Amino acid sequence: MTAVTSPPKKQAQRGRPGQSSPKLAYLPILFLAFAIGIPLLIIIVYSFLEKPSQGTGVKWVFTLENYKALFIQEKLDGTTVLDTRYIKVLWTSFYYSIITTVVTLVLAIPVAMWIATRDARKRNLLVALVTLPFWISILIRTYGMRQIIADEGPIGKFLGIFDISFSILYTPTATILGLIYVFLPFMILPIYASAERFDFRLAEAAYDLGAKRMTVVRRVILPSIRPGVISGIALVFIPALGSFLQSDMLGGGKTNMVANVIANNFGQARNWPFGSALAVLLIVLTLLFVLIMQGAAQKRGDKVELV
Amino acid sequence: MSHSQTATRKRGKLVNLRNFPGFNPTAWFVLFFLYSPLLYVVIYSFNSSRIGAVWESFSVKWYGKVFENTDIQRALKNSLQVGFVATLLSTILAVMAALGLLRMQRAGKAVAMALIGAPLIIAEIVLAVGTLGLFIAVGVPLGKVGLIVAHTAFCIPFALLPIRARLSQLDMAPFEAASDLGANEREILRRITLPLLAPAIFAGALLAFAISIDDFITSFFVAGPGATTLPVYIFGMIRSTVTPEVNAISTLLLLFSGSVLIGSYLIQRKRR
Repeated sequence: MTAVTSPPKKQAQRGRPGQSSPKLAYLPILFLAFAIGIPLLIIIVYSFLEKPSQGTGVKWVFTLENYKALFIQEKLDGTTVLDTRYIKVLWTSFYYSIITTVVTLVLAIPVAMWIATRDARKRNLLVALVTLPFWISILIRTYGMRQIIADEGPIGKFLGIFDISFSILYTPTATILGLIYVFLPFMILPIYASAERFDFRLAEAAYDLGAKRMTVVRRVILPSIRPGVISGIALVFIPALGSFLQSDMLGGGKTNMVANVIANNFGQARNWPFGSALAVLLIVLTLLFVLIMQGAAQKRGDKVELV
Repeated sequence: MSHSQTATRKRGKLVNLRNFPGFNPTAWFVLFFLYSPLLYVVIYSFNSSRIGAVWESFSVKWYGKVFENTDIQRALKNSLQVGFVATLLSTILAVMAALGLLRMQRAGKAVAMALIGAPLIIAEIVLAVGTLGLFIAVGVPLGKVGLIVAHTAFCIPFALLPIRARLSQLDMAPFEAASDLGANEREILRRITLPLLAPAIFAGALLAFAISIDDFITSFFVAGPGATTLPVYIFGMIRSTVTPEVNAISTLLLLFSGSVLIGSYLIQRKRR
């Protein structure tokens, strides 16, 4: 390419000084195409294949049955009925993720604002305290939550004193509580990042100009932390939708979310094609959500990078 | 210091953002909520009783059990080996990607960013079962090699985050000066770009290591029976029988995460 360009353009072609050749990125891209691209492609292809009569894997025969089986059940006599099992699983995942997002948002806004209004020194410590859970295994955090809410755990024991029976482990409530617990820091940190940049004199100015307290919150503070809120919603909702451990360990298998059903189809149930179809559906729902969020962010003119 | 001056007097009523009603108790409640399960696990790891929830007396016997358990040692070794190699590979690839992407054409960049962003957006379970399918299709044996490939892939976006952030903030003056003084691309890379990026590369590597060590779902599917990692082993322990040993390993891991974080914080502060 450089051979054809005229000398004055050469500098521009080479980019700014110190910028390496784009060829440097070829190896990582090739590797990711192999280790990320092909697995995704395999899932899409497998979702259109038949399951072998024995064992795991796929039979190379094209079919749409896996997608049909998501919604329709064929009975032995050949009649078909609407099968709501998997619609329910999807709805459960969606519903739990929405509740998780809303609760974490409601908790995170005050916490983020509170941290942002502390003195610099205290602020760093508090940010470190909220960041620390990021570095702790989600498995261990979920296990800790299980110990706390177990029937004979501290809450159960405390309520037992008053003869109140406490039993939420292995219920949907436990799963949702686990999701909130695990993903709460993902909501606090981006909102804090926005709140920290907020110039609090703007709020004062609004008061001075006669705005009521709630008006200031609604018209001045909330809009300025909106990019953080949008990032936070994406960072909580997306992993919650595909979460596996919380429903497995806290819901006790009774509150299956979509990831649990996918895992089961690649494990004990040995139906890779059907598991793949569910996985494709999960990818589509996730991408749809990302598009909606990006649309919402663009419409408002906020610069939000989800990746 | 505008934060401390947020109090303002309005029509005789003191309005103060620092003490906005409800913020203070919510914040303390959230901190308590975030830490009480971890604290509970730590405290009960010192409980001598076999039954996890009944406090008997102080004891370190579960730690003894952990250190005697050869399965745990093997799992820890697997985790560390996979973690170190995957961190090294993903950090190198992330540096290459970050530098190469700067001058990439739009279309190529879009493809690259989609591949890099995929592990952040697509549910891990989907990539895990897809990777299992890939390994079985092309004959990669399930075990450490497969684990390293899979971990390297999903660690790249995390390693890349701080490097890209730093690259976008870099002052161009040293590059222009070096270029004007006749340094070639390789020299600039070695003597200016990489040293300037060093703290970000370090932060990226740390992030990659943490993500690799903590990974459960992908490892669960591609580890195979021979290369069980620590989280996969702990998951099995929690599932089969709840012994207080889990509390002890968890506490050790908390200690490990905490010390890595504090260590990196101290190193970075020293640099500054």
